[in-house]
Amino acid sequence: MNILSLFPAIPLLMMLGLWISKNLKQIHAVMVTGASALLALSVALVVLYLGMRADGQIAAMLFTGGFTWYAPLNIRYDVGVDGISVAMLLLSSVIVFTGTFASWKMTDGAKEFFMWFCLLSIGVFGFFISLDLFTMFMFYEVALIPMYLLIGVWGTGRKEYSAMKLTLMLMGGSALILIGILGIYFGSGATTMNIIEIASLHNIPLPLQKVWFPIVFIGFGVLGALFPFHTWSPDGHASAPTAVSMLHAGVLMKLGGYGCFRVAMFLLPDAAQELSWIFIILTAVSVVYGAFSACVQTDLKYINAYSSVSHCGLVLFAILMMNTTATTGAVLQMLSHGLMTALFFALIGMIYGRTHTRDIRELSGLMRIMPFLSVCYVIAGLANLGLPGLSGFVAEMTIFNGAFMENDTFHRVVTVIACTSIVITAVYILRLIGKILYGTCTNPEHLKLTDATWDERLAVIVLIVCIAGLGLAPMWISGMISDSVVPMISHILN
Amino acid sequence: MEYTILILALPFLSFILLGLLGTKLRPGVAGGIGTIVTAAVALLSWWTAFSYFGAGRDGSGVFQTLIPWNTVWLPFGGGLHIDLGIMLDPISVMMLIVISTVSLMVHIYSFGYMKGERGFQRYYSFLSLFTMSMLGLVVATNIFQMYIFWELVGVSSYLLIGFYYTKKEAVAASKKAFIVTRFADLGFLIGILIYGFYTGSFSFTPDAPAIGAAKALLPLALGLMFIGGAGKSAMFPLHIWLPDAMEGPTPVSALIHAATMVVAGVYLVARMFPLFIDYAPGVLHVTAYVGAFTALYAAVVACVQSDIKRVLAFSTISQIGFMIVALGVCTSADPHEGGLGYMASMFHLFTHAMFKALLFLGAGCIIHAVHSNEMSAMGGLRKYMPLTHITFLVACLSIAGIWPLSGFFSKDEILAACFRFSPAMGVLMTFIAGLTAFYMFRLYYSIFWGKENKALHQEHRPHEAPLSMTIPLIFLAAVTLVAGWIPFGHFVSSDGMAYDIHIDWTVASVSLGVAAAGILLATWMYLREDRTVADGLAARFSGLHRAAYHRFYIDEVYQFITHRIIFACISAPVAWFDRHVVDGFMNMLAAVTEKVSWGIRKMQSGYVQRYAIWFLGGALGLVIVLLLAI
Repeated sequence: MNILSLFPAIPLLMMLGLWISKNLKQIHAVMVTGASALLALSVALVVLYLGMRADGQIAAMLFTGGFTWYAPLNIRYDVGVDGISVAMLLLSSVIVFTGTFASWKMTDGAKEFFMWFCLLSIGVFGFFISLDLFTMFMFYEVALIPMYLLIGVWGTGRKEYSAMKLTLMLMGGSALILIGILGIYFGSGATTMNIIEIASLHNIPLPLQKVWFPIVFIGFGVLGALFPFHTWSPDGHASAPTAVSMLHAGVLMKLGGYGCFRVAMFLLPDAAQELSWIFIILTAVSVVYGAFSACVQTDLKYINAYSSVSHCGLVLFAILMMNTTATTGAVLQMLSHGLMTALFFALIGMIYGRTHTRDIRELSGLMRIMPFLSVCYVIAGLANLGLPGLSGFVAEMTIFNGAFMENDTFHRVVTVIACTSIVITAVYILRLIGKILYGTCTNPEHLKLTDATWDERLAVIVLIVCIAGLGLAPMWISGMISDSVVPMISHILN
Repeated sequence: MEYTILILALPFLSFILLGLLGTKLRPGVAGGIGTIVTAAVALLSWWTAFSYFGAGRDGSGVFQTLIPWNTVWLPFGGGLHIDLGIMLDPISVMMLIVISTVSLMVHIYSFGYMKGERGFQRYYSFLSLFTMSMLGLVVATNIFQMYIFWELVGVSSYLLIGFYYTKKEAVAASKKAFIVTRFADLGFLIGILIYGFYTGSFSFTPDAPAIGAAKALLPLALGLMFIGGAGKSAMFPLHIWLPDAMEGPTPVSALIHAATMVVAGVYLVARMFPLFIDYAPGVLHVTAYVGAFTALYAAVVACVQSDIKRVLAFSTISQIGFMIVALGVCTSADPHEGGLGYMASMFHLFTHAMFKALLFLGAGCIIHAVHSNEMSAMGGLRKYMPLTHITFLVACLSIAGIWPLSGFFSKDEILAACFRFSPAMGVLMTFIAGLTAFYMFRLYYSIFWGKENKALHQEHRPHEAPLSMTIPLIFLAAVTLVAGWIPFGHFVSSDGMAYDIHIDWTVASVSLGVAAAGILLATWMYLREDRTVADGLAARFSGLHRAAYHRFYIDEVYQFITHRIIFACISAPVAWFDRHVVDGFMNMLAAVTEKVSWGIRKMQSGYVQRYAIWFLGGALGLVIVLLLAI
């Protein structure tokens, strides 16, 4: 069996294991085993992948394989990875691993919760390894459906409303994607829906491309929090349970950026060049708009959701610059944002689990009460505002430098606008830290609270190590990504 | 000189170690580790300087620029990449000495000052972080590395200002410091992006053809970089964070907000000096005007402040203004031809770092003794704290520019450079030098002479600081006494050639006269217990006095802009728009869909008659359409 097929297979086995588990202990055992296996697998994949590249393998996709599973339409299960998807797989497995520990205290319906959680990860992993458009779409749907139940059942606050809203908006997006990929398939005249084949044929006429490009880009853009289709995100995140928020913001939103690049831009390159300006404006708006919105929010999760709008806006913004540097930066930003935001949501969940409030007006002086969590929160905040040595800086600087390489007034103006986000981000992050962590605790109830337990510490430390690792030694991962971005960009530009 | 990597690696390791172990270490051990590491760094820096300058000049008569370490940290593609490395040239080696020496003094001093404080370990770990970042900034091999460490010193400053994080003012001050400098860094970043794009590298010394291509945009890039420098170096109107930063522990103010980090902007301009002078002399002169205005503004404000740390903070702003002016008035790279300011600026940076650190550490001893920052709690302290008194006096004389202390020599060079640029600039800066003497001696008399707050002192008798605090004072006072005799021009000059400092005695005598006048005026007004003159003047010009005391309301302007405009007029409406218009539209779509569904639901009523009517109507309609079509 192809090594890549293990990625969806392991969560499937985990679901089976969960199904036969009898108590919480067994559930935890299954989850930890599976999540660790996934983490080990993705690390092994990175090593193998880099080894094969070092051996001089220059094919666009490595570890390819597949079979036809629906002959009448030539729908195949085709898998293969390049540097971008390897990076995404690594990210996903880190988030699944840490998400498992972050939901360690889940007791109500833990079995079902984790089963849906595993189903979600099947979708995510499947999406990143797929090369066949239809299979990719199928995995995409697999990742979305569990979301509804996870938020609707295990969520908090207005959970039914949020779950419904999130699902409907994302379903709307996926309807667009479905139309788009069918359009691409029939327009290209390819024999299969394989992305590489469609790209190499490169014969979709421009008028058709101009129809399908906005449809596919918006379809994936909804998930990537493209303004003005981002409004599911604040409500959805606010209601979702911790691990779901982590996986959703950390990985699922990356499906959007990944899809925009891999499908919309890569398969419809001519339209992308002609129409990119519209989306560049929208994403530049996203970046600043999300940051400004975050400045006045009072719910911790809303702040982080709007911050995600801003940071994911930067991902799409960079992709649309259509040069190697900016796109590499976009992938780095996906990694960085995934880790940061997962860390944020994990910490918010831990704080909420203790204080039962996420309203920053009701929290203060947590540093004295839970120093470990607070210090980690500060680190997450500093990563978010782009402190050198942590991942955010690397990604943002690559993006800004890449965007600056587009030498015309329009690109210059939007780049400067996007750059201002580094200041606004600092404003809302420091406001938040100052309000909830510093100062003296005013609520006597909070004085009795305890600091992180071992499972929480483990989740948080793994994420911080990844953030610092990416921030301190970015060259190897940036090299791996840019090696794969280069041929794709040259394909888009020619 | 590969060992120079240790200068960065040691404090980094110490930061990680102290940060990870935290309270598991006993405070003394944590402080000991931090101090020993800094001592090692200081020794290494001194050794580096010794061997660097000892190696002598090369054939063309300049000290060679050495790059013992350089590695590509992050490639961007398109020939651009961020390197991390170590570059040794006269100014970076000079800065190594300044930073490591002051840092070591502050480490020792903090043993006494921070004794028994909660978070002692954290304090030392942040000090290590700061030391590492600042050293990394000065040895940067390229502008992007400088930016990286620039941000890191910013965050260390943020963490240390907010060290007393339960204190509201400290938290607000740390936030303000970070955001104001971040705002300035936006300019720096865009300047770097322009610079990198047009010259094709982030190197300080791009190739000639690359510069030729970038010529038109270099002034813009350098001007934007200067905005970053102005933010860090607290130039008007970006100075507002520095006085508030005094909420941090006093040794931190001495290290970060007096001696090292705040001169980063000066260092940046000095680092880019060859490009400034050749391609953007206009921008360089603008910096001189900015510096001169800042120096004047801060000196005036310093005259009326009542908190001793604020006086020192404004004095720092003013003195940095002097350094910027000195760089800005340069008209050529030849020290004999109008490039004197470069050397003067670096010289003043060096001497100022020593005597201003001394002043702050002295102020720390005083605050330690009377438990207040306000002058009203002091007065007559000379008999309680003789050692602090003497060292403080040395520093005051030095900053006032009295021969033969170090400040005299460096300030004299600056004034000489200003007079060469234009007489008006020379006169203005000389006047500010007089103001400096006045407000420093106002401070000095108010602390050590004048009216004693006997009630307070009886209750709690002021005492001399412990040895760990006085040793750094003595050391820095000794440096201040002799540093003026360093033949600075032999080490640092604008074109790298050896340059003999000549004291221009016409300028010197004028500046000495003005300084003496300032001191005498302060003596007349503040030496005695009753201050009829000072109080009378304050009452006579109460409007001006109040305005100056409130720093001419610049902070209020910022307050207005951030709260009334950015928060109330941008952020809040954006958030409202998002919730009500964008999201409202989505909800409306959902609502409309629901309404329509409810509406057409009635069509499936289950009544056969209704279906029959619909069927007949439909059929009829179709027939009509077909007939019309034919």
